[in-house]
Amino acid sequence: MAALGAPLRTLRALLRELRHAAGRSYRDSPAYRHVVAAFRAHRVTSEKLCRAQQELHFQAATYLCLLRSVREHEALHREYHGKGERSPQEVAGLVGFSLPQQPGGKG
Amino acid sequence: LPRPPPAATGSGPVGPCGRRAYAPPAERKRFYQNVSISQGEGGFEINLDHRKLKTPQAKLFTVPSEALAIAVATEWDSQKDTIKFYTMHLTTLCNTALDNPTQRNKTQLIRAAVKFLETDTVCYRVEEPPALAELQKNEWDPVVAWVERRYNVTIGSSTSILGPNIPASTKETFVSHLASYNMWALQGIEFVITQLKSLILSMSLIDRHITVEKAVLLSRLEEEYQIRRWGNVEWAHDYDLCELRARTAAGTLFVHLCSESSTVKHKLLQD
Repeated sequence: MAALGAPLRTLRALLRELRHAAGRSYRDSPAYRHVVAAFRAHRVTSEKLCRAQQELHFQAATYLCLLRSVREHEALHREYHGKGERSPQEVAGLVGFSLPQQPGGKG
Repeated sequence: LPRPPPAATGSGPVGPCGRRAYAPPAERKRFYQNVSISQGEGGFEINLDHRKLKTPQAKLFTVPSEALAIAVATEWDSQKDTIKFYTMHLTTLCNTALDNPTQRNKTQLIRAAVKFLETDTVCYRVEEPPALAELQKNEWDPVVAWVERRYNVTIGSSTSILGPNIPASTKETFVSHLASYNMWALQGIEFVITQLKSLILSMSLIDRHITVEKAVLLSRLEEEYQIRRWGNVEWAHDYDLCELRARTAAGTLFVHLCSESSTVKHKLLQD
């Protein structure tokens, strides 16, 4: 089985990611309720080597990786790739010019 | 209707304006308030306000697993002002499974997956620089050995340009193993293999021998080596890393959620 660490840590991180994704009402979201219910259901066998528990933990870790990576990817995209072209006003402003005001439009 | 405009759903691979017909627009304004799940005849459905979500080919969006439906609904609900389709990997995977735009059957999917073994990343070794060759040996050999033991096959590795010589019996073993997965799970498996460029890493991951982060690291081993040597470029390296992690994680989760044969049996009725 993959080296996953403590299930509680994964759960906490996962719930944090869900909070980032959902916003204020994250505790009512189906995902939050499902994750919490699934972890509670497997708590009973915490002492024994339970295959289902390990599978759940792996799934939770995978979902955590998904949410985290999507958030980080989006942040990087916004930072480096999302700006698009500058408007003519902005370009003029870069070199200290401002576009003329033409009330009747160009030409 | 919550699906892309008609121009994106042509019959052939190229639409009238030259765009790929199966490619929806990259972004769209969020047009719904609430996302919810309901259970229909074919499985679980996603509702955006009162409208039912459909695939790009206008089929009703139904998934076999409730957990998967919840995860898809979460993707839709976490969109802010604009819907960024390129971040919704689980939705995309479900759409692919439902529409099957490449129109491949189970045998073709399996064949495509196993074919990757001939050009598997972890089997292709360099001879120089020696540090990289050493790194590949230390990081990749254990994974190859694990897969060989687990499936009772011979794979090996090679420094030649032709790659390793994979025995037919090895390929047959993987073909029959993959045949035990259903069509949905197979779409996911083939997706993960295409992302990681390795059947061996994908099987290690799906068999839960390594985590997604580890699989991605091993897949990008040479890149990581170069980064350590020459430095990291955030807008390229981290960008690619996060995207690969996201897609691989989505694919793996998709496979596991689609191939669960047993459900969690609640001994106590909780509410």
